[in-house]
Amino acid sequence: MASQEMEELVRRDYKEGFVTDIESDTLPPGLDEGVIAFISNKKGEPAWMLEWRLDAYRKWLKMTPPSWAHLDYPPIDYQSISYFSAPKRDEDRPQSLDEVDPKLLETYEKLGIPLHERAALAGVAVDAVFDSVSVATTFKKQLGEAGVIFCSISEAIRDYPELIKQYLGTVVPVTDNYFAALNSAVFTDGSFVFVPKGVTCPMELSTYFRINAANTGQFERTLIICEEGAQVSYLEGCTAPMRDENQLHAAVVELVTLDDAYIKYSTVQNWYPGDEDGKGGIYNFVTKRGDCRGDRSRISWTQVETGSAITWKYPSCVLRGKDSIGEFYSVAVTNGRQQADTGTKMIHIGEGTRSSIISKGISAGRSNQSYRGLVKIGPRAKGARNFTQCDSLLIGDTCGAHTFPYQEIGNSTATVEHEATTSKIGEDQLFYCQSRGISEEDAVSMIVNGFCKDVFQELPMEFAVEAEALLSVTLEGAVG
Amino acid sequence: MSDVQTFLDRLLERNAQREPEPTWIAARRQAGAARFEALGFPTRRDEAWKYTDVRAIARGDFALAADAEFSPATAAALTLPIDAHRLTFVDGIFSAALSQLEGLPSGVALLPLSRALEENHETVGGPLGRLTGVEFSPFSALNTAFTEEGAVLRLAPGTVVEKPIVLQFLSRAGEQPVMSHPRILIEAAGRSQATVIEHHIGEESAANFTNLVAEVMLDRGAILTHYKLQEAPLADLHVASIHVEQGRDSTYTSFNLNLGGSLVRTDLISELNGQGATANFYGLFYGQGRQHVDSHTLANHNAPNTYSNENYKGILDDRAHGVFNGKIMVKRDSQKIEGYQSNANLLLSDRAQIDAKPELEIYADDVKCSHGSTTGQLDEEAIFALRTRGIDRQTARGLLTLAFAGEVLEEVSLDTISERVELAVAGKLPERFNLAGLVETAVALDDE
Repeated sequence: MASQEMEELVRRDYKEGFVTDIESDTLPPGLDEGVIAFISNKKGEPAWMLEWRLDAYRKWLKMTPPSWAHLDYPPIDYQSISYFSAPKRDEDRPQSLDEVDPKLLETYEKLGIPLHERAALAGVAVDAVFDSVSVATTFKKQLGEAGVIFCSISEAIRDYPELIKQYLGTVVPVTDNYFAALNSAVFTDGSFVFVPKGVTCPMELSTYFRINAANTGQFERTLIICEEGAQVSYLEGCTAPMRDENQLHAAVVELVTLDDAYIKYSTVQNWYPGDEDGKGGIYNFVTKRGDCRGDRSRISWTQVETGSAITWKYPSCVLRGKDSIGEFYSVAVTNGRQQADTGTKMIHIGEGTRSSIISKGISAGRSNQSYRGLVKIGPRAKGARNFTQCDSLLIGDTCGAHTFPYQEIGNSTATVEHEATTSKIGEDQLFYCQSRGISEEDAVSMIVNGFCKDVFQELPMEFAVEAEALLSVTLEGAVG
Repeated sequence: MSDVQTFLDRLLERNAQREPEPTWIAARRQAGAARFEALGFPTRRDEAWKYTDVRAIARGDFALAADAEFSPATAAALTLPIDAHRLTFVDGIFSAALSQLEGLPSGVALLPLSRALEENHETVGGPLGRLTGVEFSPFSALNTAFTEEGAVLRLAPGTVVEKPIVLQFLSRAGEQPVMSHPRILIEAAGRSQATVIEHHIGEESAANFTNLVAEVMLDRGAILTHYKLQEAPLADLHVASIHVEQGRDSTYTSFNLNLGGSLVRTDLISELNGQGATANFYGLFYGQGRQHVDSHTLANHNAPNTYSNENYKGILDDRAHGVFNGKIMVKRDSQKIEGYQSNANLLLSDRAQIDAKPELEIYADDVKCSHGSTTGQLDEEAIFALRTRGIDRQTARGLLTLAFAGEVLEEVSLDTISERVELAVAGKLPERFNLAGLVETAVALDDE
């Protein structure tokens, strides 16, 4: 490809870059117990919740940020972050999409997420999160008939305190890690899903996350519970407007499955990765963990990570129940000066537990990407099995691809397999395509999509389309 | 840090007895001691020691051996039955009586470090510590502080040594456990070739601590095969680092065969600095009882067109704990690299544990690198297949385990070593079947 054309494509601005002008009810930067009390009060939380947050905050103060990841970024000043921002009209929240601020809807339109259309055509209920407060929830009625609870975590704390008390922080304990502790102290919103015994959620649930107001970190807290035999598929997708300072995002996602339950959690992450010099961009420090508490339960994580300046993310499964199953399918693409340290943990505790890990990493530009994973087989996990495949594709000679898999195996009846390869797109593959009249760019896109196929086929249909498009946009111009 | 102090006190005692030595040695000794004092022993919080607890060493009180006396009959029984040039060390001290240095071909210098220092300390001062300095680990710092004995091998350009060179380290049983800090220095000049066998063995009830540092420098086109046959007594503690520097078109082949020792840690690092250099790492470890065997390897591809190939196999029984940490590192602009790494582990007991970490760190795009790591148990179908041929379950399991080890041993070109290790593994198997008898039967059947 002509180098000029390539450079042009590389320089292409972030497609989703814009800031919507909505007046925000925002706290000044800084963090202390008063800020936490303010958040808790603003959310109308009961006293025990405030105690829980303060306890997390006090523990967080004694912790240190992790330094083991293959990432390089300046220390974060937690006092320069504003911990609360919400769209103004909190009191009279819109009851239907028609009542939603048209500016917001416009934002979604710009993002290519036609909310009405999507909701109607695909039958997806959307709990749209805009600046930490849910502003629109659709299909509530239909979900209600099935007995499924799908609301913001703040509502859940007010309306279902018993469920929150029972489950919150049991999968990711407050002191699990530095960012999880911080999240526990200051989380402002997120989603709560409860699928009762024997119910298969009638539609795919979806939340679109947006980070908007400048200077606010986003601290989402998501909790999904599937009782015995229940099933749900949950979609999380994110984009963010362009801005100049680094934004911290430290979310916590907790999943719980009881006997025979199944949660499928899919993510497409496309936050602002920073400009070509690596300036700006989101810091994405996320703790995601699923707990297969019940026998024969199953948790499946699928992620397509194309955005963020820095990604620190290890969606994990604790396989406690007998014959429970954990799955992790990941495509991570880094370009420019992006850095990603991502992977999974599969903790096999119960007998006959199985896990599979498929990770595909694509590095281009000056980016660095690491797969970091742990497969742990406990002494009681008789007959446990794991299969791991992690492949890296390098595009260009200034990027890096790394693999750090940990295997801790303490049971002789376990079978653990790990394979990893690193390669580049073969000249012969490109030549083959070009000899058949396919342009180089299309050929690369084809090969990359083929490389990621194992993961894409795990995504729900509409996400798969979006993911493929995202991938080509992210990599456009990276190959020459 | 009282653990550290015990070791430093021993060093002070030793230093007080020393003859005056060249200033550079004294300075390095001091640097080693200072570094060791600053670092202390590694803990499991150190990433490189995450799975290995060295408190058994740190809490020990090890003296330094005073002499190299060893019963010739016992030594004869322990020595590898192989026609070789041999340097023998008893608890770290050179034993001329047990060494065989006659008939060295021209172009070969093989001598104990103490003599090399005596003869011309300046020629040793340059290469010694160049690859493994005090920074590498607390153990390398400790070794530097105690440096006094070891083996020096120099090969002149084009020299091909026919007979293997055995570096024998004997561990003695005694009332007071002792420690030794041997150095191995190998300088192979252009197109030279040799086979070095580092053999660790000793009296059954010995419980000594060996802390070895080996530095191997291969110049253009040199070929070196390095066996590390570690059959140390089961209570011995063994820490070793082997650091190799490879020039253009050189080939280094390592066989790291670990059978003995209660706590064993080996770091094997190759710097592939010249184009066309090849590093082959083969490893086999067998753990039983409460043995802990940790193998770390690192192939540093610093130049384009370099190759590394690794195959490590572990068999763990009882409550043994195995660790494998292999890494392929490709520097920026080191294009056209091929790096392969394979690790397979077999767990024979429910309480055995393996921690494996096969890593890739790659900063160049035109590379072919892969690694695979598997852990599992014997294939029931393979056992069944053997049983349908009239072989009992015990023997079938034993044969399959040996076949597993065989994939590494078949790369060994010295039959004395491959057979010895195979028999040792057969003897350790829980099935403890009569391998020699089986072989005879098979041969007899073939003859019919």
